[in-house]
Amino acid sequence: MSTSTQALRNRATDARAAEDFDRRDPDWYVDKLLAGIVFVCGISAILFVLGIFFFVTKEGIGFVFEKMDFREFFLTPYWSPSDAEDPEYGILALMAGTASVTGLAMLVAVPFSLGAAIFIAEFASGKTREVLKVLVELLAAIPSVVWGFIGLVIMNPLLIKWFDIPVGLCVLNAGIILGLMAAPIMTSIAEDALKAVPDRYREAAEAMGATRWQVIYKVVLPAAKNGLLGGVLLGVGRGFGETMAVLMATGHAVNIPDSIFDSVRALTATIAAELGEAVVGGEHYQVLFTIGIFLFLVTFIINLSADLIVRGIRKG
Amino acid sequence: MTSRSMLRQLAVLTIGAVAATGASARTEIQNKGSDTLVNAAQSLAEQYGKINPKVAVAVSGGGSGTGIAAMINGTVDIANSSRKMSEKEIKEAQAKGRQPVEHIIGYDALAIFVNKKFPADSITVTDLAKIYGRDGGASKWSDLGITIPGCKGEIVVVSRQNNSGTYAYFKEAVLGEKGKFRQGTLDMHGSKDVADLVEKTPCAIGYSGLAYVTDHMKALCVAPSAGKPCVKPTEQTAFDGTYPISRPLFMYTNGEPTGEVKKYMDWIKSNTGQCIIEKEGYAPIKKVTCK
Repeated sequence: MSTSTQALRNRATDARAAEDFDRRDPDWYVDKLLAGIVFVCGISAILFVLGIFFFVTKEGIGFVFEKMDFREFFLTPYWSPSDAEDPEYGILALMAGTASVTGLAMLVAVPFSLGAAIFIAEFASGKTREVLKVLVELLAAIPSVVWGFIGLVIMNPLLIKWFDIPVGLCVLNAGIILGLMAAPIMTSIAEDALKAVPDRYREAAEAMGATRWQVIYKVVLPAAKNGLLGGVLLGVGRGFGETMAVLMATGHAVNIPDSIFDSVRALTATIAAELGEAVVGGEHYQVLFTIGIFLFLVTFIINLSADLIVRGIRKG
Repeated sequence: MTSRSMLRQLAVLTIGAVAATGASARTEIQNKGSDTLVNAAQSLAEQYGKINPKVAVAVSGGGSGTGIAAMINGTVDIANSSRKMSEKEIKEAQAKGRQPVEHIIGYDALAIFVNKKFPADSITVTDLAKIYGRDGGASKWSDLGITIPGCKGEIVVVSRQNNSGTYAYFKEAVLGEKGKFRQGTLDMHGSKDVADLVEKTPCAIGYSGLAYVTDHMKALCVAPSAGKPCVKPTEQTAFDGTYPISRPLFMYTNGEPTGEVKKYMDWIKSNTGQCIIEKEGYAPIKKVTCK
């Protein structure tokens, strides 16, 4: 009884002492101000994302509700939005273009980046490792227009020569370029995932007499699989949203490809090429924003699932 | 000390620069649009700058659609276009309180480009429609009875992006009012890109303004249909209208031009301006004698 009263009294004095301590001198204000600024910066990302989503939706939603024919939009391949008499707004061919290029890019990027990540995380050590990591990051910093230029000027004649095709601006060209663009980010994430596998797993496997390859193949890779999958999905998101390089390397032809040597056109490239011409607020303008909404939703879903998958491994 | 004196110098320089720009008070004319016309518009602007240094004409390309959209949105004084404004566009402009006025400043022949290896020298508009039209029927050169050395696969059909006036005019002239382009054309972003691609690609066919014809390609002689004589694309045949796919080139102003814009438009239509149009590879609107 008496001890608890004592404790209460003590707490009261503590509170008073804290209040005394909490003097409103300049330092206190600086502290509050900085806390406020950091808070605003912290939530700014959310504000920006919401703001962009709001803007894109505002510009495009009019078309969605008033004129859009969902079947025409998603299921026909004819895209001639500037036709004065009879405009056609079918994005099937554009989706096929984006999907084929992104798919091929993943076929190129996954083996490359997985191999690179395994080498950096499991084999390389010391200087080699540091140099490789810096170089991978450097690769990620190359501007996309430079990649596009490589596709246009270097890859195009090479592909024509090697495969004896009429034009080298095609799914293959853009797929390789995009694969190389997505590889660095995928390598970094895959390497993080491999590093996150505790060393005791490796030690235990080695103690059981496993070879180095067996350790990687049977123990480390399965343990890191969620992180690796998350990395691949982020790469897919990167490919999906890439604009400049695909604009330059695909040939920009509205077409459902039936081989990797066909020219295609991507959703993003269509927006980039046509938005400047469209009359602000006109139908063509709104359709382009509707494509924007669609792209936003798809990349949002891809990135969200990548994030959830990566988080999954951290918890488990 | 040194940094302070440097600052002072900088300040003086800045004030000087501001004063200088203020004093000259140049009028700026914004001119935008047709990619076909961009080179001609650029040299018109340069020459005009020499005659009348008080006026600066800022020229940019982007396609006729871009220019017309800018006219509707009210961001340019003069829009260049290689096609007529559509009824819909004129209505949109009027809805925003603008009165587009059309000026013809020259004529252009839409040349059909093929690779040097192309065996023939002429083509008919009917065949062009087969190549470019949706379900037109020709996807390989052999469908038209043509074999090109070094070309095995399909015809590489080169077109322009859909805000291009050249695209719109070609569609109307070759595929007809209701015609549609086929799927899978390579939509280039400028006349020069079309020329570059056709020069390098044996299977390719493309179209663009006469001014973009180079020595590394063939510009075909075009016949309206089989059995009729073909006409070569030249300034003369564009001017007299005998070339089947020739077209007027336009500039649009918001209302009848006044002030500096009027002076500039009058100068473009004058002897001097028309000589520049001719020098850039287009047919002038009247007979001119140039130095």
